[in-house]
Amino acid sequence: MTWIAKPKLHHPALGCNAIGFTRRDYEGKISTLCAGCGHDSISAAIIHACWELAIEPHRVAKLSGIGCSSKTPDYFLGQSHGFNTVHGRMPSVLTGANLANRDLIYLGVSGDGDSASIGMGQFVHAIRRGVNMVYIVENNGVYGLTKGQFSATADQGSVSKKGVANTDSPIDLVGLAMQLGASFVARGFSGDKQQLVPIIKAAIAHRGAAFIDVISPCVAFNNHAGSTKSYEYVREHNDAVNRLDFIEPRAEIVAEIAPGDVVEVEQHDGSVLRLRKLDASHDPTDRVAAMNYVNAHQAKGEVVTGLLYVDSAAHDLHGHLNTVATPFNTLDATTLCPGAATLDRINASLR
Amino acid sequence: MNPICAVNDFVVKFANVNGSGSASANELFAKAILRMGVPVSPRNIFPSNIQGLPTWYEVRVSGEGWLGRRGGVDLMVAMNPQTWDADVREIEPGGYLVHDSTRALPKSKFRDDVHAIGIPLTEICNRSWTDPRQRQLFKNIMYVGALSVLLDIDVAIIERLLGEQYKGKEKLLDANKQALHLGREYFLHADPSATDRPSTAGLFDKEHFGLRVQHADGVGDRIFVDGNSAAALGCVYGGATVCAWYPITPSSSLAEAFQKYCMKYRVDPGTGANRFAIVQAEDEIASIGMVVGAGWNGARAFTATSGPGISLMTEFIGLAYFAEIPVTIIDVQRGGPSTGMPTRTQQADLVACAYASHGDTKHVLLFPCDPTECFAFSADALDLADRLQTPVFVMTDLDIGMNQRLCAPFTWDDARTYDRGKVMSAAELESGKDFGRYKDVDGDGIPYRTYPGTHPDKGAYFTRGTSRDPYARYSERGPDYVYNMERLLKKFETAKSLVPQPLLRKAAQPTTLGAIHFGSTAPAMDEAIVALERNGVHLDTLRVRAFPFADAVAEFIAAHERVFVVEQNRDAQLRSMLVNEFGIDPARLVPVLHYDGTPITARFITRAIEGRIGVQQPREADKVA
Repeated sequence: MTWIAKPKLHHPALGCNAIGFTRRDYEGKISTLCAGCGHDSISAAIIHACWELAIEPHRVAKLSGIGCSSKTPDYFLGQSHGFNTVHGRMPSVLTGANLANRDLIYLGVSGDGDSASIGMGQFVHAIRRGVNMVYIVENNGVYGLTKGQFSATADQGSVSKKGVANTDSPIDLVGLAMQLGASFVARGFSGDKQQLVPIIKAAIAHRGAAFIDVISPCVAFNNHAGSTKSYEYVREHNDAVNRLDFIEPRAEIVAEIAPGDVVEVEQHDGSVLRLRKLDASHDPTDRVAAMNYVNAHQAKGEVVTGLLYVDSAAHDLHGHLNTVATPFNTLDATTLCPGAATLDRINASLR
Repeated sequence: MNPICAVNDFVVKFANVNGSGSASANELFAKAILRMGVPVSPRNIFPSNIQGLPTWYEVRVSGEGWLGRRGGVDLMVAMNPQTWDADVREIEPGGYLVHDSTRALPKSKFRDDVHAIGIPLTEICNRSWTDPRQRQLFKNIMYVGALSVLLDIDVAIIERLLGEQYKGKEKLLDANKQALHLGREYFLHADPSATDRPSTAGLFDKEHFGLRVQHADGVGDRIFVDGNSAAALGCVYGGATVCAWYPITPSSSLAEAFQKYCMKYRVDPGTGANRFAIVQAEDEIASIGMVVGAGWNGARAFTATSGPGISLMTEFIGLAYFAEIPVTIIDVQRGGPSTGMPTRTQQADLVACAYASHGDTKHVLLFPCDPTECFAFSADALDLADRLQTPVFVMTDLDIGMNQRLCAPFTWDDARTYDRGKVMSAAELESGKDFGRYKDVDGDGIPYRTYPGTHPDKGAYFTRGTSRDPYARYSERGPDYVYNMERLLKKFETAKSLVPQPLLRKAAQPTTLGAIHFGSTAPAMDEAIVALERNGVHLDTLRVRAFPFADAVAEFIAAHERVFVVEQNRDAQLRSMLVNEFGIDPARLVPVLHYDGTPITARFITRAIEGRIGVQQPREADKVA
């Protein structure tokens, strides 16, 4: 809960984006998470990405489940409607909201307990339906709000703060998302904002189910020796496969071609994802190859990060359902109700 | 035993094996009588199975227009050897047994007081068709043909119905007509001495057959439709754009009917794009989640389910109640608890729905009694959910939902607009109007809301299931919590005057006895009241049509010394709610309970009430089923 009101003042020299907003206009309430929590860095990355994209904050709907990660939508985009739903069920609420108004940007924020345990079913089905959304899992391998129990993404053999070793196999949400047909799959690290911000921007511009797994250490319960989700462990084992430059639609591409292997992917809205490959053997446009790559590196204990897979020609749920372009929530009886004369004909057919 | 003689007043029951194609033939039989102007009410009694288990179709023919189950069977068409003994036992003394006489049965399989009518259906079919599937299917149409002769059903009407059914499929039409006439000819040319006819145990002289259908004028402009289709159409008319559902008997056909109607009436003629979205979710939790999300974002959304689905949805129902989100849930009730009786009817989800979810909750329930009300209440529920910003349940059941029922035609006023409730617009926000999401501005307990994306810097708020102050700010302060909970109660009080009001039927003379009932009990109740009146027992009746209960319900109870509460569940759930909500002395409310999974009958109600007031000794049927 927020006891301290956040001052509205900002430094006069703070830069404005294309629609005249400063970064402060994308902030929310003061975070109530622990000092040093990775989740706050992710909130900052979301704020930064939305500011850079010059999104009108009120055109974003932010939804979450229950847990530390799910509290964060209160801490960014204060002019957006937010919905803190029930534990593990954000995906279905987001799906319904998305059906009601296809014109907003849908940002789903969840945690590893919320998505990989109680909400696994909803995560799976929202991804396979291709709901147009950015689905971020703030993954710390632990239940923070109930004080340190393992989650389903905790690695086998990792040790809890109380000294108990996890014996269950971990669920890899990135591998799962690719298998389920997510058309944008990435992994970031809360400690690497430079990598994360362009990934979030690209995901927002993507049409379809965009999934980002962000390793986000829990400073209170999972940042000790023996944890595989600690800052130290992730820094040591971070295997970035690429660096992403997000180039907005219609922006003039002036940058010189970077040295090394570069892949450019144009998305449906005209935005260009320029990927500087750090490992030549990874192809982010080949789903099966990307799955193999991620699996092979994970088996070696590496935390593969970057944009892992993207299908720029993907369709979303509205496309699958062939819905009208007008948001449902603006349709009224004149377009929805068949009327009394039709009803008379229906009555006649039932005699 | 004298044969039962009746014109336009009898019960025919077909005992079949499911998956044998009997359903359409049986429906043809019922519709033909209906087209002769004689009210019928058919009921499917079917197993939770696709093929091979017993299924029954019971048709009540009632010139007087009674549409409830009567109880008892006058004519049994026994096509299922598995259930033969029980089926034969069920026939009223003096009744009739139509059966396939291809294979002779021992005399012990028949009853002396029942007139057996054998038709060698299998033999005739095997002679006429070679394809095994056709041999099976046409047996059904053949018995309809045979019955049309016995009962004097107008064959031209049956042919017309077949013509409508097989429009454009001439080959099928011809084959069906052939089967129909094969069945008819068996009796039309009844000549027991004819050598081409097989010997049967049950040769029957039509002169001794006492049941007849006569052309009448008892149907009027009424329509014949099932409640699930009606509710689905109500959702189309009521402006639902999002339907999220998970398959469950007996509600699946509702979502499927919604799909069918939407494809006909909700496709943009210019673009071919859909003004609807239907998602078959992964479970009922996701179904209700999607409805909550769509409702939060300003689209009209509903889900259709049954008891087990309600159980799964309860956490979300609590969220929608507390976060005040419009949700419409159509609960087509079946027998519970657990998997219970998936294909049998009950009214046993009342308490589960009225107080669904943890914590203090109360929900609006509507109780339609027939497809006409299923249509009207489903459309109304979408308005009420928006107006009250809360979950609204339409409590139908398998008996109404999955059986075709003769009912008043659907009506719609073209001047009607959708009541979107208290939604603050961008212009209102811009003008500086104070917006407190959970603030009681008008004194009716209903706050204002905004749709996401309305205004750049006004009207955004954070929706949550945790407590908050009137401006939607997170708060664990006791007074904030209490303010909110009291306001929700006030809102529930406001709902009282908005929901369908109870319907009173006064007895022919002043009485101290009353009866309260709801939903699918209505037709049996109406008939029982007339039967009781004939026996000198007078009761005022009140049909409750919604929860919260109107004040008129309490007044009705207060005005009578004893009130029977007739319902189709074990635990007297409506009675419990009446006691709970009004603080009434339970002794004044006498439960009459029927819950064996079959629809309640007028006979049952009549005997139960007579037994309790001592008109007669309680009979066997008076026992709780």
